[in-house]
Amino acid sequence: MANFYLDNPSMKHHLHHPLMKRIVELKERGYADKDQFDYAPQDFEDAMDSYEKVLEIVGEICGEIIAPNAEAVDHEGPSVADGRVTYAKGTQENLNAVRKAGLMGIAMPRRYNGLNFPIVPYIMAADLVSRADAGFENLWGLQDCAETLYEFGNEDQRQRFIPRVCAGETMSMDLTEPDAGSDLQSVMLKATYNEKDGYWYLNGVKRFITNGDADIHLVLARSEEGTKDGRGLSMFIYDKRNGGVNVRRIENKMGIKGSPTCELVFKNAKAELCGDRKLGLIKYVMALMNGARLGIMAQAVGLSEAAYREGYAYATERKQFGKAIIEFPAVYEMVALMRAKADASRAMLYETARFVDVYKALDDISKERKLTPEERQEQKKYSKLADAFTPMGKGMTTEYANQNAYDAIQIHGGSGFMKDYACERLYRDARITNIYEGTTQLQVVAAIRHVTTGTYLAQIREYEAINYKPELGDLKNKLQAMTEKYEKIVAMVINTKDNEYIDFQARRMVEAAAHCIFGYLLLQDANQNESFRRSAEVYINYGQAEVDKIVSYISKFDREDLGYYKQ
Amino acid sequence: MSLKIIVLAKQVPDTRNVGKDAMKADGTVNRAALPAIFNPEDLNALEQALRLKDAHPGTTVTLLTMGPGRAAEVIREGLYRGADGGYLLTDRAFAGADTLATSYALATAIKKIKDYDIIIGGRQAIDGDTAQVGPQVAEKLGVTQITYAEEILNVDQKARRITVKRHIDGGVETAEGPLPIVITVNGSAAPCRPRNAKLVQKYKRALGAQEKAAINLATEYIPYADLYEKYPYLNITEWSVADVEGDVAQCGLSGSPTKVKTIENIVFQAKESKTLSSSDRDIEDMIVELLANHTIG
Repeated sequence: MANFYLDNPSMKHHLHHPLMKRIVELKERGYADKDQFDYAPQDFEDAMDSYEKVLEIVGEICGEIIAPNAEAVDHEGPSVADGRVTYAKGTQENLNAVRKAGLMGIAMPRRYNGLNFPIVPYIMAADLVSRADAGFENLWGLQDCAETLYEFGNEDQRQRFIPRVCAGETMSMDLTEPDAGSDLQSVMLKATYNEKDGYWYLNGVKRFITNGDADIHLVLARSEEGTKDGRGLSMFIYDKRNGGVNVRRIENKMGIKGSPTCELVFKNAKAELCGDRKLGLIKYVMALMNGARLGIMAQAVGLSEAAYREGYAYATERKQFGKAIIEFPAVYEMVALMRAKADASRAMLYETARFVDVYKALDDISKERKLTPEERQEQKKYSKLADAFTPMGKGMTTEYANQNAYDAIQIHGGSGFMKDYACERLYRDARITNIYEGTTQLQVVAAIRHVTTGTYLAQIREYEAINYKPELGDLKNKLQAMTEKYEKIVAMVINTKDNEYIDFQARRMVEAAAHCIFGYLLLQDANQNESFRRSAEVYINYGQAEVDKIVSYISKFDREDLGYYKQ
Repeated sequence: MSLKIIVLAKQVPDTRNVGKDAMKADGTVNRAALPAIFNPEDLNALEQALRLKDAHPGTTVTLLTMGPGRAAEVIREGLYRGADGGYLLTDRAFAGADTLATSYALATAIKKIKDYDIIIGGRQAIDGDTAQVGPQVAEKLGVTQITYAEEILNVDQKARRITVKRHIDGGVETAEGPLPIVITVNGSAAPCRPRNAKLVQKYKRALGAQEKAAINLATEYIPYADLYEKYPYLNITEWSVADVEGDVAQCGLSGSPTKVKTIENIVFQAKESKTLSSSDRDIEDMIVELLANHTIG
């Protein structure tokens, strides 16, 4: 009986972080729901116990249903006929299981039939699902869209749509078009208001839409005729029950093949406005995007974990030259580094999730009452940290997922190149994570201002100030030295006041900051729990060398050489 | 239109993954060494009951189990998946029961519950593999039985008829019977749905009286004790022999004519192997050979 939650003790470790007390207290408004809902927690301990019990259900479904289905789903994939999508058989089984288990709308308030879970346990479920099948995480994770409905829809819309999501209806987020990918300002799908019935009607084409045949869609469309930029775009809710949207084709992708990526044709599709006109892109998509990026981080962490497990299992079973290949330094180094990258990625994922939790809960409370000055301060602090950690985390963890999947195949040797082992699927599945919801290059664009304004450095200083056990002193010294080098190169680059040059070196600076932060997060894990010590040692050795490489590159770089790189 | 369904379920030692210490020297099962689980085919039965509940609003699903105090876990597992309640038959006098005494106890409890349309359980339990308890309960209650069910296809409440797809040698057949009825379900039927997140949070503290007493003895207090008054469904009903007005002589060891003479450990092994081509000729020869030595037919 495989249970992906119980077989990985680091889950419990991350769930029980000290900041959870504050998060749960905010999310539960002092445990006020207990008189109204028989499944609401009585107090903090009770809430944590419930999170664990629900994660055990998730872990069991992942181990018993989703993971065993992953290979067949990858081979079969979804199909499209007469404008409608049919999921692979295994995908349908997975969906039935998560619906029966009541795992849709996990983070939604109880008054809409949700579980009112904070982001941390929700994202932990996403981490588990991704380890089982990253492609299925896309379908399951789209319940995130309910968050957007909750934040920006009116009360009537919340009451009509959110309970449907909690009951298991699926969602999609229809943003991109043939000529509007990363540049969403170019969205052309036309929304026309009909005075007679008070509805909007959508016409045009959307492309690369994950789960495009969903029950409920959030659609970005141009509501302001004659406009050309993001300020002419609004967000709409399209309900499949009304009809008007057909799936023209589904893409034949390299990976996450179970998740249907659709091209949609809107023909006078009746829709309703979500939130205010003109704020579609500039406010709602930006908010939604940060949540989606956290989801992709979870997907990357799940994949990193799966790749490590595949690599480790093969390395211990496969014998060559009379011994298991994991006994050879070249192999055990790879396996140890995979473990370290997976652990570091997971530490980053939950740190970011906690930041998001605090500020979002306070945001939500601010709709009910005025925040105290202390709460406003707290809200500001965590909102900024979430803003800084999300792009860094998404960028780094998705690259690590790719590296781990690559190494998993390498460990398998020739066998890994065959379709017989799961590692080849992981490799294909991982490849999209550093592309969608913003490429790593775009994550750097979002992260770099936190290098230049010092958000990262300030947080590193906070980590430095924590009391660590004496035996971790050497690691801390290494991290302090890394931080010093980071400060030095940042000053070196920024002092040029040359924006193009800053952009050129941006990724290296973000990565150097990330190595310090990931290292400190693992140091804190090791401080609490000896089982993280190995990964802390391995990661910091690695990060230290990476920072040295960056220092060498930047300090030896002649700005005049930029010309050689330009086409 | 609603139905009243009783699910017979048993807590069993997990004999599917046995280690060296699974048997005691005297040949009996070493229950301490094996984790206690919900008998797998009873989970298939529970799923059939819950599907009827999905299809017939207002239907109630009640679990009935017999065992020590900790067997209340079976009832909790049922509640987590959508059952409405349960009864734990628990009494020293029930202990050591063979299939006859077990079916007597269950039938007596069912008579006390009185109002039912369908009684459904797994084909057999993995600790005894007898497949006798379901049929015996049906006989004792004097109702029709359909065994080896794969799927309940339809319940016509007006006509009081049920249609069931059942497993037979080499295929399936569709059988129809009157309500009330006893149905036993095969392991090849649909697997049971997972535990539900809301129900787990709602019922996680449900306890039987013996479990409460054990917690009280160990820690001298019951966490969230006031909730048991606020939510009566958190108290799992325990029934003794007296509660179901049973005859002690027909219960437990005294009511069990079965005597175990010896237990032998049998390991199946292939003695020799034979390689066949996929030609019709080879296959036909093999069939003839197997028919001749009575392996099949």
